[in-house]
Amino acid sequence: MNGTAPASATALRRDRLAAWVMVVPALLLTLAFALYPVAQSLMSSLRRRFLGVPALGDTFVGLENFRLLAQDPVAHDAFARTLGFVLLSTVLEVALGVAIALVLHEQFRGRGWVRAAALIPWAIPTVVASQMWRYIFNDQYGFANLLLYRDQVARYEPWLASPAWAFAIIIFADVWKTASFAGLLVLAGLQVIPDELYDAAKIDGASAWQRFWHITLPLLKPALLLALLFRTMDAFRVFDLVFVMTQGGPGDATQVLQFYGYKTLFTEGRMGYGAAISVSVFAAIFALSLIYIRTVGSRLLGREDR
Amino acid sequence: MTSRLPLRLGIAGLVLGSLFPFVWFLITSLKSQHEIEAVPPTWWPSGSLEFYRTALFDHHLLDYVLNSVIVAGGTTLLSLVVGTPAAYALACLRLPGQRWLMGGLLCISMFPQIAIAGPIWEILNRIGGLNTHWGVMLPYVTLTLPMAIWILASFFAELPTELEEAAQVDGCSAWSALWRIMLPLATPGIFTASILVFIYAWNEFFFALLILTRPEQQTLPVGIALFQGEFTMPWGELAAAAVLATLPLVLLVILFQRWIVSGLSAGAVKG
Amino acid sequence: MADLELRSISKRFGDTRVLDEISLRVPDGSFTILLGASGCGKSTLLRTIAGLESQTSGHILIDGRAVDDLPPRDRDIAMVFQHYALYPHLTVRDNMAFGLRMRRTPPQDIDARIADAARLLGIEPLLNRKPKELSGGQRQRVAMGRAIVRKPKLFLFDEPLSNLDAQLRSAMRLELKRLHERLGVTMVYVTHDQVEAMTLGDTIALLDRGRLRQCDTPQRLYRTPADPFVAGFLGTPPMNLLHGSVSPRGDGWRFQSASVEIPLPPPSFRIPAGSHTDTVLGIRPEDVSISPVQEPASHLDTTVDVAEDLGSDMVLHLSAGTQPLVVRTRPNEPVHPSHPLRVFLPHRALHVFLDERRVDWT
Repeated sequence: MNGTAPASATALRRDRLAAWVMVVPALLLTLAFALYPVAQSLMSSLRRRFLGVPALGDTFVGLENFRLLAQDPVAHDAFARTLGFVLLSTVLEVALGVAIALVLHEQFRGRGWVRAAALIPWAIPTVVASQMWRYIFNDQYGFANLLLYRDQVARYEPWLASPAWAFAIIIFADVWKTASFAGLLVLAGLQVIPDELYDAAKIDGASAWQRFWHITLPLLKPALLLALLFRTMDAFRVFDLVFVMTQGGPGDATQVLQFYGYKTLFTEGRMGYGAAISVSVFAAIFALSLIYIRTVGSRLLGREDR
Repeated sequence: MTSRLPLRLGIAGLVLGSLFPFVWFLITSLKSQHEIEAVPPTWWPSGSLEFYRTALFDHHLLDYVLNSVIVAGGTTLLSLVVGTPAAYALACLRLPGQRWLMGGLLCISMFPQIAIAGPIWEILNRIGGLNTHWGVMLPYVTLTLPMAIWILASFFAELPTELEEAAQVDGCSAWSALWRIMLPLATPGIFTASILVFIYAWNEFFFALLILTRPEQQTLPVGIALFQGEFTMPWGELAAAAVLATLPLVLLVILFQRWIVSGLSAGAVKG
Repeated sequence: MADLELRSISKRFGDTRVLDEISLRVPDGSFTILLGASGCGKSTLLRTIAGLESQTSGHILIDGRAVDDLPPRDRDIAMVFQHYALYPHLTVRDNMAFGLRMRRTPPQDIDARIADAARLLGIEPLLNRKPKELSGGQRQRVAMGRAIVRKPKLFLFDEPLSNLDAQLRSAMRLELKRLHERLGVTMVYVTHDQVEAMTLGDTIALLDRGRLRQCDTPQRLYRTPADPFVAGFLGTPPMNLLHGSVSPRGDGWRFQSASVEIPLPPPSFRIPAGSHTDTVLGIRPEDVSISPVQEPASHLDTTVDVAEDLGSDMVLHLSAGTQPLVVRTRPNEPVHPSHPLRVFLPHRALHVFLDERRVDWT
């Protein structure tokens, strides 16, 4: 990194060797279980092959799978649905996250407990959260119906059987599960805004709302961006919620890309076509993470330019 | 000062909203089968522990717990053993291309599971890792490494450079400087990373579902996702199992929320 | 104990020359100061000697042996860092023992050395404390103790007193000086503080933008600076430097700048007649007299701008036309702002620099 051609090559070489030895195990694991699989998926996406059925052959078909994908209405729907899910859930999560952060930023007794409570949705397994919401929105025993209709049993709604409601509930459950994570990122951003600025704004006659709008929000921009990108990339991978709550249904109403890919790969065993779906999801997320690294990644590790 | 009422409402909403589904499951788990099946549902449970008994004994919940402990504990241990030296080298030693390595790690943590799931299944199938704990730990360690390394690297980077140089002058090699000086000073970072890696591994579902197809090896999330009764959905047992599966995490959060918060925002707002 | 030799050490970061062909000899037992403003490369040079940085070209010899390829741990040096770099998780005793343990010194030997060093530095009661329970001055002592117990060939100090308050700093300065005299070891000491440099060092190497400007005893550096930079660096207030030209006039010479003209005696060496344009004339504030002197001198008519009475002496800020002049004199002189004042410049106190090099004019 420093542009010197050192005269003392051996000492440096020894240090560098130690540094490499330290990162090699991590690199090897990453290579074997992250990079190689991605490359392998890429290769698979150009072939026609079936899981566990070598008899059906394994032939190179070029971009055939992608051509199929481009014409597959189910995939199109899944893609549009995933996009809608990502957009709605991340915006709601970050908005709610700001609210959570504003609450947690205040000084009050028992703040540690409130913070712990807010962390619980993030900490519990998504599978458990999915079962909880599935139960709450159950048509007979669910809390939602109990709350809305009490003993008017006839009006009880089978929420998860309605395509629109099922999709909305998946988004709702995701927001519930991850808004606190977004909130923590925002909170970290809030904590670096100096109090002096608020004092100065108060002296300048700004109302609480004006202070939020003209000071907090602009200075929070990097944290908001970070939260938004983190959540976007994670929302693209939604799977557990769908698997537990709806299995993609009713119909295909909640079938998102990762679930469609999972079904194609492991229930239908179409390794080639499934790989083409995977590669497409990967490409979308990769593009997003490139944006992420370009906008915020370089600031994170300041020490390398010493 | 302005009224504290909006804040009070915010706090109440936050606590209630966060805990409500969990509380509802807790209430459900303490009902009897009769109360569960009542339409409309009853609000308050009679306090029966029957569902915990059946979840534990008829549904072999403890086996799932044990599997989860092995997998999550093993993942945490391995991820830190591999990740700590890597984080130290990336944060403190002169490594060509370290910026790229850190950026690459970040990318990997964002990989969609589906993009690597097929080939990982095939690798594990070839080396006999399907339906084994180590088979599921390998991808877990890989996928938690970025998180562990980023948290630890940001801790290492905050330690004064002088300490490391003093260690070098005092006669340390890179390894002994890590082991004797940097590691003891980075214990909070190691602790934080451990908690987050543990939570990840405890909660992970996708790969567990894929790799562990036999109930004897399955972890809690798989067990809970695939929870089935003979005729009807056994909500009571499920609620009891979910409460038990979540309890360790609730404890972790209550005890260590400070570390978790610092870990989640590590590096996020520096600079 | 050992001597240190630097042979044309250069270090470049891309196109920036951080160190430029620095050659230097530090004899056995010397207390050598690397002095310069921040960013001059003095710390980089010290760190290069330590092996914490590597030079782009050139050689470092300790005891006549090239150490270029050796990592810090094999150079047999000890270093006292600016922020002390005490290991926070170890007690004072373990901090001091650490380097010895790394070198597998026998335990009874370690204990003996720590006892000696602790006695020498007066830190015996602190041995079982952790660094955060120590005051700034105590940490400083422990950092020195950690270096002393190692009995290294070379002690390196990187601005070790810069984090102490003024009082403690002068106390520690004295102690360091005493320590060096007692131990007789070779020390290389980086500072930007000229008082530290003048009082501590037997040799000062003055650096500027990666180049070694002059390396000499403090007295010679002060009395016979090699170039205008060195002349202007040392002294508080610094030497007056007047930029202009010299040329012969009648049987003497004269110095001329935009606003002053100062007659000079004939030079003590052969110099081509004619005008020399790149000339700097220097005189230290304390060498300017505000009353007539007995020796050969030139005078200059000035106006008083500001008079600062410091108690022990007085600093006058004068101007001769547009040329400012600073004078240090005794306090309570009858000097008033805006009044004219004639000052006298003794010839033996004049420093003349032609083309950036000192010439012995008188």
